[in-house]
Amino acid sequence: MSLLTDAITEALGGDVRFDSTQSFSPVVSCVVPRQRFTDAAKAMKKSHALLAAEWAVDETPFGRGFAVFACYRWWSEYLIIKIEVPADDPVFPSITKKYVPAYRFERQIHSLMGLVPVGHPDLRPWIKFEDWPEDAWPLRKSFDGQTSMKRVKGEYTWARAEGEGVYEIPVGPVHAGIIEPGHFRFQAVGEMVINLEERLGYVHKGIEKRFESLSWKEGPALAGRVSGDTTVAHSTAYSMAVEAITNCAVPERAYWLRALFLERERIANHLGDIGAICNDAAFAFMLYQLMRLKEIMMRTNHKLFGHRFIMDRVIPGGVTVDISADGKKEILAELDCISAEFERLVVIYDEHSSLDDRVKETGILIPEKARELCTVGIVARASGLNLDCRAMNPYPPYDRIEMNVPVFIEGDVDARVRVRTEEIRESVRIIRFILENIPEGAVSGPVGQPAPETTGFAAVEGWRGEIIYWVQSGPKGEINRCMVRDPSSLNWIGLEQSIYGNIVPDFPLCNKSFNQSYSGHDV
Amino acid sequence: MNGIIVETLQIAILIGIAPAFTGWVRMLKCWMQGRTSAGMFQPYRDLAKLFSKDIVLAHNASWIFRFTPYLCFGTVVLAGGIVPMLSTDLPLALTADVIVLVGLFAIARFFTALSGMDIGTAFGGMGSSREMMVASLAEPAMLMAIFTVSLLCKSTSLSRIAEVIYTAGFVAKPSLAFAFIAFILIALAENGRIPVDNPATHLELTMIHEAMILEYSGRHLALIEWAGMMKLFLFIALSSTLFYPFGIAGTDNPAGVPVAAVALILKLFISGVVLVVIETGLAKMRLFRLTEFLGAAFLMATLGMLSFFILE
Repeated sequence: MSLLTDAITEALGGDVRFDSTQSFSPVVSCVVPRQRFTDAAKAMKKSHALLAAEWAVDETPFGRGFAVFACYRWWSEYLIIKIEVPADDPVFPSITKKYVPAYRFERQIHSLMGLVPVGHPDLRPWIKFEDWPEDAWPLRKSFDGQTSMKRVKGEYTWARAEGEGVYEIPVGPVHAGIIEPGHFRFQAVGEMVINLEERLGYVHKGIEKRFESLSWKEGPALAGRVSGDTTVAHSTAYSMAVEAITNCAVPERAYWLRALFLERERIANHLGDIGAICNDAAFAFMLYQLMRLKEIMMRTNHKLFGHRFIMDRVIPGGVTVDISADGKKEILAELDCISAEFERLVVIYDEHSSLDDRVKETGILIPEKARELCTVGIVARASGLNLDCRAMNPYPPYDRIEMNVPVFIEGDVDARVRVRTEEIRESVRIIRFILENIPEGAVSGPVGQPAPETTGFAAVEGWRGEIIYWVQSGPKGEINRCMVRDPSSLNWIGLEQSIYGNIVPDFPLCNKSFNQSYSGHDV
Repeated sequence: MNGIIVETLQIAILIGIAPAFTGWVRMLKCWMQGRTSAGMFQPYRDLAKLFSKDIVLAHNASWIFRFTPYLCFGTVVLAGGIVPMLSTDLPLALTADVIVLVGLFAIARFFTALSGMDIGTAFGGMGSSREMMVASLAEPAMLMAIFTVSLLCKSTSLSRIAEVIYTAGFVAKPSLAFAFIAFILIALAENGRIPVDNPATHLELTMIHEAMILEYSGRHLALIEWAGMMKLFLFIALSSTLFYPFGIAGTDNPAGVPVAAVALILKLFISGVVLVVIETGLAKMRLFRLTEFLGAAFLMATLGMLSFFILE
């Protein structure tokens, strides 16, 4: 047994029933009685676990009601705790008071599945919009995804701040740059931000619902479009979750190629991010130089793998493209050129005092808060949390690749830049290692049909952080539910919290250093 | 008679060449960042585009909002009439001295700030409040720097100042050097350049000047942008008048005007390079660092004045 399962057994005793239908080894699932959901959360909190996700499933196709799942993680261990919720009494105990990130997960469950979290402090809709009918719950099986939504009148209430000199700045949802939509509402006194409230959901596309009408084979294309800049990581996570329930034997070479794609995606996005952060401090030189390097990578991707973002190249069972000996040489030459130029730009970043003044001590997310909010990925690593799926619970081929996880404790914009800088260096090294050690063989294997009522789980470290997919097959072996958790779902709250005490004109800089996905959050 | 011709010529140069100067600055900036530029004449195309577009006006826009673009344009053109660029023989320069010049800029700023608040958007009000903060720090510093030069020349008339400095030839005076440094800092702030403001940003929350004029469109926006370009041009011309009026034609020398025009263009080219080096090499300051930046400008100007009394 391990820490989390021990903790839950100790706290709940005979009420815990472990689920043996799980097939993916690092994940243990258990079922607890509905009224003991909060006790389970308390036990998890006591053993310092972090909340990774909370979601609901409509299990009516199996002749049951609903189910609510909470996934906790501690170090390399994941534990999924399930409760069953009868259809005629759709309520469940809220765990928001134990785990802050459950705040949005539960609002989302309430809005999209129509289950009421009892004890939740704030049941305003999330993702769902005020002009949707109150009883429109898109994730329920009874909701027809093909018909258009009826529109009604409604009003969204915002948090308000009052007092002398307090003023409100609404920003978005449509922004001036070419970025995704999201609304930010600031309350400020003078230039000092006293509250920031985010409202997201403007790019809700009903992806989780759409998955349920697709076949397993069509899934990776949709997963690859959850968040365009993270297409490799998302389709890899989906594929791994599917492979887990089909007992598919993925050829070794395919694993290594996936890792190659993942690291290339990481480098390209980090390069662009560092440039964009500098540009928000009006230091445009870095943006243009780093974007140029990113463009070189994108073109190599297009040339070798047929797509600038390597979209649709990862499928359950393997990958669709192989790399030739010439391709290897080309990537190595490209990496030499990029890392040499990148190092020169890093020196400029390091030695530039006027830039230094902007990025240091701006938008600090202190380690305590980062932990409390269960942040993941670059945001967590810049705030002292040593979290990286590639190192903590390595999936192949990372179990054979040694790597360093850069962690900084400052939690400011500068720390988030430094995490990215170090990761670029590390990824360059990993790619060189991969190209040297990649085994020969086929690049994809056959994928079977999943058995009815099985669940698969996968966690993949995308460039933003840990991406989780949880899939469940229905009574006929079709997709019954596909839960997508982009790192942004957790990290957006981190941004809200890091802005306190900063001034309004520093917000874009903080926001860019987080650079969360709107699309991945809104699915 | 000559004076009127020079006056007209000067205003024509200001209106006509200011966009080219802005284009020159943008072109150099592109080159410094390793990009291809849109060319020196892009601002003319931008202005033509804006003039051909319709105006989108908020329902609650008052006359202040509609009036401000014309006022801005008008005051800057008027300011162009009193800053000697080509010749010190300027009829208008006798009617208005350097204090009036600062006042003209202040009127334009006052109305721009009002129009920023007129529509009632959060960004406009935010921009106006920031602009006023910058103004409250920059204006005293600018007057201080100009007074230092005025004391030296014993006049506040710009023509007189240019003549005195020109005839004295190049003498390294500490008071002038201090005033010049202060003037450069103020010019960056007044024109919304990096490190004070970023003229090229799209991030509303970080804007100062641009936030005030976010709601403008069509010919209104064109006039305001054009006025901004002329203001930048004028600050270069003003610094040339105050600190290095070499080449300028005197009252007794109307034939020197063509030479003065060449000198002016050369000075613009060089100033453009200096501006771009400053802007490319620096990130934008945190908003509240501006007080230190403009405080330093005020300090420099004050030191200039002190050194005049003590040393000269």
